[in-house]
Amino acid sequence: MTNPIATDDAPLLVAEGLGKNYGARIGCRDVSLEVYPGEVLAVVGESGSGKSTLLGLLSTELAPTAGCVSYRMRDGRLADLATLGPAERRLLMRTDWGFVRQNPADGLRMAVSAGGNVGERLMAVGWRHYGNIRDEAIDWLGRVEIASDRIDDDPRAFSGGMRQRLQIARNLVTRPRLVFMDEPTGGLDVSVQARLLDLIRGLVSELGLAVIIVTHDLAVARLLSHRMVVMRQGRVIETGLTDQVLDDPREPYTQLLVSSVLAA
Amino acid sequence: MSAMPAITYNFAYLDEQTKRMIRRAILKAIAVPGYQVPFAAREMPMPYGWGTGGVQVTAAVLGRDDVLKVIDQGADDTTNAVAIRGFFEKTARVATTTSTREATVIQTRHRVPETPLREDQILVYQVPIPEPLRFLEPRETETRQLHALAEYGLMHVKLYEDIARHGHIATTYAYPVEVAGRYVMDPSPIPKFDNPKMDDCPALQLFGAGREKRIYAIPPHTKVRSLDFEDHPFRVQRFAKPCALCAATGVYLDEVILDDKGGRMFVCSDTDYCNTRQEEGHRGEMSGASPSRQPFPPRGEGAEGGALHLSPPGRDRSEAAGEGASGGEVRP
Repeated sequence: MTNPIATDDAPLLVAEGLGKNYGARIGCRDVSLEVYPGEVLAVVGESGSGKSTLLGLLSTELAPTAGCVSYRMRDGRLADLATLGPAERRLLMRTDWGFVRQNPADGLRMAVSAGGNVGERLMAVGWRHYGNIRDEAIDWLGRVEIASDRIDDDPRAFSGGMRQRLQIARNLVTRPRLVFMDEPTGGLDVSVQARLLDLIRGLVSELGLAVIIVTHDLAVARLLSHRMVVMRQGRVIETGLTDQVLDDPREPYTQLLVSSVLAA
Repeated sequence: MSAMPAITYNFAYLDEQTKRMIRRAILKAIAVPGYQVPFAAREMPMPYGWGTGGVQVTAAVLGRDDVLKVIDQGADDTTNAVAIRGFFEKTARVATTTSTREATVIQTRHRVPETPLREDQILVYQVPIPEPLRFLEPRETETRQLHALAEYGLMHVKLYEDIARHGHIATTYAYPVEVAGRYVMDPSPIPKFDNPKMDDCPALQLFGAGREKRIYAIPPHTKVRSLDFEDHPFRVQRFAKPCALCAATGVYLDEVILDDKGGRMFVCSDTDYCNTRQEEGHRGEMSGASPSRQPFPPRGEGAEGGALHLSPPGRDRSEAAGEGASGGEVRP
């Protein structure tokens, strides 16, 4: 994969001094990072290290206790997300962003057909032609390797891997520029994981997506990401190019993480 | 035993402060067409689901000179209609009627009268579930947010699902409408046949939901648009045959099963409309008097087959053999 960082030097998303406290407990603190267009950034760390909190802060689902997140809008201006009105923020979330959740049931409408799930974002941005919505849905189901004759089936009738692929199609249909992924391969068996990773990798490079992916699985990070951020106890302890961090970890904790991976 | 003092009710049952509170909610609802205004609904002497919301709205707008009509599924003589009419006769001593023309306040459940309404009339709907997005989005906080931001894509997901599953928009009642180009509203469980009557209606339309404690309104002459897709436009039900009693066409018909051998008849759902027509001399194929060979030629869609045939498939009728027979929608 070519590293697209060189092709565009303005960051898409900038976080500065982000912190979040849950009462006296610390979710994460003093996190600063930048994500560039077309770049895949992995956030790794053990359970409870603040990865999901960080993702929630970046995607404005959580309000930060300290710091701010800025995003480069389509018109090129860098906007502080906290200053956006709820209408603008929601529009951003359903057009320019995607959010792939660990549990597909959280990211899908389980009682709505696959086609309806993919079409929802299109209808939300004003598509009102059934035939066009359906054609687009069929196209996207094909891209995520779901047979077009499953378009009218509920996600409840889908396997775990299919649900996850459907969730990806649902998010990508409006051609977002930034996708948040929270453990997208969690709970899938290894062969399904491998196919899903392959698919994500293909779509990311084809569409030039920027992705922030939270995972505890270093193999996922190695396969997908260009850069990675290692978190521990709510802080970022190491950042760098993925290969560099994984092959030559500097921090003792990172060394521990890397050495804990079982070799197959 | 000394005689118990006769019970005296305040005019129209509710106390004056309560009526003022409801009127304030109504005024706000009229000011923001289609917006659901919360109000402090009272316990009424009837169970939820029987029209507690509608009754409170009626009580708040009723004056001593008003003439009240109550409709239950189009009929004036069913339990709900009789009970509510009796309630206001007793507590407000207002005149009541079954005639749409004579009434000034009409409380209704599940129908809009066939007779066109006038500017000096108020139509009060009983509403079970005021939130059109409820079955798609269970969180009240979220539906309020969606209304506030006019994010109604979700409503179209429901219509999409209908088409995907049934080939056409199969929602036939409580069909969502957009009011005055802004709020999407549940028109209460009226058949979608009645939706066009809400558009640019000269009468004030008020909606009361007692259990959910919401009031909303359509002011007179307001644009009401039923949601649809460009390639699946909104259409109302059509009936293959005219009313079996009054030969009316272009009205909403109820199917009545006559025997266990497949016998059935379609009659006007609006009893007042049907009775008035029969008094005017209109006769359908099954009215008791000898049918006088269609005194008025039936007009409009699906009627040209004459009254005596059991809906033979006609030019534009093959899919539209009446509400009860096929879902009753004509598609291109």
